[in-house]
Amino acid sequence: MQRVVILGGGVGGTLVANLLVRKLRRQIDRHEATVTLVDEKGQHVYQPGFMYIAMGGEKAENLSRPERSLLDDRVILDVARAVKIDEANSRVDLEDGSHLEYDQLVIATGSRIVPEEIEHFDTEAHHFYSPAAALRLREALDAFTGGRVVIGIAGMPYKCPPAPLEVAFLIESELRERGLRDKSEIHYCSPIGRAFTIESVSEMATPILEEKGIELHTFFNVETIDPARKVVESLEGEEMPYDLLILVPPHRGAKVVIDSGLSPASGWLPTDHHTLQVGGRANVYALGDATDLPLSKAGSTAHFEAPIVAERITAAVQGREPEGKHASYTGKVMCFFEVGDGKGTLLQFDYNTPPTPPKPNRFWHLGKIVFNKTYWHTVPKGRV
Amino acid sequence: MQTQTTPITRTVDARGSYCPGPLMELIRSIREGQVGDVIAVWSSDAGSKLDIPKWIEKAGHRLIGIETREGYDEILVEKLR
Repeated sequence: MQRVVILGGGVGGTLVANLLVRKLRRQIDRHEATVTLVDEKGQHVYQPGFMYIAMGGEKAENLSRPERSLLDDRVILDVARAVKIDEANSRVDLEDGSHLEYDQLVIATGSRIVPEEIEHFDTEAHHFYSPAAALRLREALDAFTGGRVVIGIAGMPYKCPPAPLEVAFLIESELRERGLRDKSEIHYCSPIGRAFTIESVSEMATPILEEKGIELHTFFNVETIDPARKVVESLEGEEMPYDLLILVPPHRGAKVVIDSGLSPASGWLPTDHHTLQVGGRANVYALGDATDLPLSKAGSTAHFEAPIVAERITAAVQGREPEGKHASYTGKVMCFFEVGDGKGTLLQFDYNTPPTPPKPNRFWHLGKIVFNKTYWHTVPKGRV
Repeated sequence: MQTQTTPITRTVDARGSYCPGPLMELIRSIREGQVGDVIAVWSSDAGSKLDIPKWIEKAGHRLIGIETREGYDEILVEKLR
């Protein structure tokens, strides 16, 4: 019996589970293999939609569905919290005291936000990394009548790298439409020496920032927030006064992988760029936000990694070498990028090929909207 | 060479990490360190030779030097504040 245990019911975990039970159908039917997915809440959440709660009239209830409804019937779903990965005994300990033994383990535990690492973040800074925070940002924007909007990043890496730039562009459009642009300044603070990590994307975005009158501040690594003076201070010694502060919160990997000694304190699992195996282990894989790969923490990354994990585990179960186009991961990622005014572009890249984003147009904006709406029927089920 | 005699407080081995990984590792090390610490960053990303000195200048620290090693650069930084 080969027991595959998958931790996490996000994009990566769900897709790996569904792909695996198809590829291992015969072994599962003969009771030679099982695929069990462990998810803490049993709810699958479409996180890219959170930004649209703040910026596009989206509702939280549209962004969550029961995990069971997205899984093939042959996947066993265990709604439980994994508290430790016990490598010595090849088992995962669950909060209720029970445990699951594995022959192959997939860690798709994602990332979590830790705003509490910056004092006063919760009371002073807005963000859009949870439905509640995104709604609170929407309310703050509704109440905004002009002033200094400061948008920044309070820790790298973080989920969906284009998101803060997209929010800057969308807020600029909104303030213009509401007749508040003349009464407002928008400041975009980047932790690195340019607007975006990938140079070609930075070259596309910087002229748009200039055109929209959004002031770019580079090498601004958020250090402290002074609520009395309404100022955010950087490690580099700059001060940025704000009326409306929007910061990407710091992110960490899952506690269970830190507590199990599989990752450093950051929580990002040391993952092979091509095999997606963790720290040289033959039977432990990671995908999605959980890895330390130099790629976007985004559902798209997990989407393109999942077929590789499924193929490699299938090969191990069937006693053969991984084969075909999914034998090895090339670093493929594809994501949409909103630039405001109903326009968007597309970023498509891999380890060796930087993106060459097309000129922003209405088509890619609509592409993102359609993708968001059809997600439930496509990605988790392995139809695209 | 100055860089060969400078006592190094800690080494950040960011080889194999892509921009902005080495810079972010240096920033983490600066945050955790003491004034006067000398941090050596090892980076195999060619962009680090450009990005890291610019950041050091902006952040008010001192670039001691850059040495090209086999397959990577060693960038020495003194934390000044």
